[in-house]
Amino acid sequence: MSILVTSDTKLLIQGMGKTGQLHAGLSLEFGTKVVGGVTPGRGGTEALGLPVYDTVREAVKDTGANASVVFVPAPGAADAILEAADAGISVVCAITEGVPVRDMLRVRAALRGWKGRLIGPNCPGLLDPGKKVRIGIAPYSIFKVGSVGVVSRSGTLTYEAVHQLSRLGIGQSTCVGIGGDPIPGTSFVDTLRLFQADAATKAVVMIGEIGGSAEEEAAEYVAAEMNKPVVAFIAGVTAPSGKRMGHAGAIISGGKGTAEGKRKALEKAGIPVAASPALIGETLAQAAPNVR
Amino acid sequence: MNVHEYQAKALLREFGIEVPPGRLVTTPLEAEQAARDIGGVVVVKAQVHAGGRGKAGGIKVVKTPEQASQTAEEMIGMRLVTKQTGAEGKVVRRLYVEAGSKIEGELYLALLVDRATQNIAILGSTAGGMDIEEVAHATPEKILTVQVDPLVGVCDFQSRALGKKLGLTGKRNDSFVSLVRNLYRLFVEKDVSLAEVNPLVISGDGVIPLDCKLNFDDNAMYRHKDVSALRDPDEEDAREAEAAKYDLNWVSLDGNIGCMVNGAGLAMATMDIIQYAGGKPANFLDLGGGADAERVAHAFRLILADKNVKGILVNIFGGIVLCDRVAEGIIAAAKTVGVKVPLVVRLDGTNAEKGRQMLASSGLDITPADGMKDAGEKIVRAVGA
Repeated sequence: MSILVTSDTKLLIQGMGKTGQLHAGLSLEFGTKVVGGVTPGRGGTEALGLPVYDTVREAVKDTGANASVVFVPAPGAADAILEAADAGISVVCAITEGVPVRDMLRVRAALRGWKGRLIGPNCPGLLDPGKKVRIGIAPYSIFKVGSVGVVSRSGTLTYEAVHQLSRLGIGQSTCVGIGGDPIPGTSFVDTLRLFQADAATKAVVMIGEIGGSAEEEAAEYVAAEMNKPVVAFIAGVTAPSGKRMGHAGAIISGGKGTAEGKRKALEKAGIPVAASPALIGETLAQAAPNVR
Repeated sequence: MNVHEYQAKALLREFGIEVPPGRLVTTPLEAEQAARDIGGVVVVKAQVHAGGRGKAGGIKVVKTPEQASQTAEEMIGMRLVTKQTGAEGKVVRRLYVEAGSKIEGELYLALLVDRATQNIAILGSTAGGMDIEEVAHATPEKILTVQVDPLVGVCDFQSRALGKKLGLTGKRNDSFVSLVRNLYRLFVEKDVSLAEVNPLVISGDGVIPLDCKLNFDDNAMYRHKDVSALRDPDEEDAREAEAAKYDLNWVSLDGNIGCMVNGAGLAMATMDIIQYAGGKPANFLDLGGGADAERVAHAFRLILADKNVKGILVNIFGGIVLCDRVAEGIIAAAKTVGVKVPLVVRLDGTNAEKGRQMLASSGLDITPADGMKDAGEKIVRAVGA
């Protein structure tokens, strides 16, 4: 077991442009079952030897796709997400950066009660080294099969954490990048709940950053309901107040959402917080010495 | 993106919200004329993107056109220092001359995106005219919140109930309900991320926005050319604006170690690691997903334009970004831009080995780093902090 994907995950690429094709190729190379692409107006053509469709529905009917990754540019991203959900896709990862907040509010409200899961937007997607499933853009060579779940609001900082773990000989069950936007499809709590229920995950690394209160909510959840070791890192200790630090959601406003406040909430919940970004792997190794 | 008060009020008017008559002026003569045309008591208000103007002397009530002229004379060109501007303050270039209002009570009203509930929230308080952050901290029970389902939109019954709790009755509450309805429409149609009316004053039979702050979602500005046109470059950090031209995410800081990183989270973590090693970052810089030689060169130029910079740390974890491309950019930039300060480079991830070899054989004076800790320590040592 692991979370969100299975060895039967069949991936569809929404937005089969240059970036979409590059990552479709890398996912194929890794061993993921990429079954096709969707680009409106290019239906009936082929790319990388894969069929391209006009609509997600046609693609699902033809290929049996059950997961999708969205590379569609920001103005059309919300529509692409809703199209995937409507067509019966069960895991949608939206990589697209810069999706307007209003669009995401609409998407989240429209997807209430939906049985599937949206990850992102503005995220690196997810990767399961054991099942060889890569939905998104993560560099697969740094991963190692194992039993640590990784969940993160950042892209490259996730790679940094995974790299540190792998270097210490600690592998990963599933790595989920939930994205740096203010209105994400999946939260820390959602992902932690999945890791808690997953027999293949023995410990969790959680990487947060300034802005919002998702880390504080995660701390409450961990204290109340998790019995697996969880360690964390929070980026942005040195970030000034009132400035958006790259990610749309990374901003300290009205004195709220500081790294210090988050660290305190996590430590109060018994979650060790890495004192430096260079110590994420070691913090996990100390908290869960037998987990590989 | 922020706009000035006079621009926000023009948008309120466009959406059917009544605001006091007012006019934008840039000279004492214009101020005098505006005061005469408006008549009676007027308020002269400095237009800068910062709260706390009143306490800092940026808002003055005057009784005659001559006083308006004299006040304008004093305000134009002054450096307004409020608690939100930082010590250097903001130069006042424009004034808004507005009709005075009879104030019978002050309320606070705001619309914002509630990240935790993924709704739009309406905040109301009887503590109008005060610093709402202090109110929220000291007396949180004084802030009332109404959650609005974004698919349904605000319902009149919700605002009516909120108005009542704020002590409004009869025509005054009708006026409040209508204002909330229109403000919500503006919020949604123009992709506002924060609309703050403070104070919303009770006057006669209705409520009137005396000040209004609007903050817009930058990611949605592509569909609002009218709002984008309200951008005031004088109010923005010059280097942040310059960086934006090249799709670089930049925030100026006050340290002496320039940072060049790919990815916002890693960029923040890089600032943090510099601090842990005993140094201070000069900037936050996320190269973004499409970092190539050209972007790296622009990034070096931006960093080196800051005379405080005594060293540069490049921290790249290649995912989409290829380390060899970045190495190519560093080598090209070092030759064309000329990097005369110590340069520590950490490359990992996609094509890292190739990138490292390119740097090693370039003949340039570059210190390679192995991992983040090493990178932080090496750059701090190099600048001698």
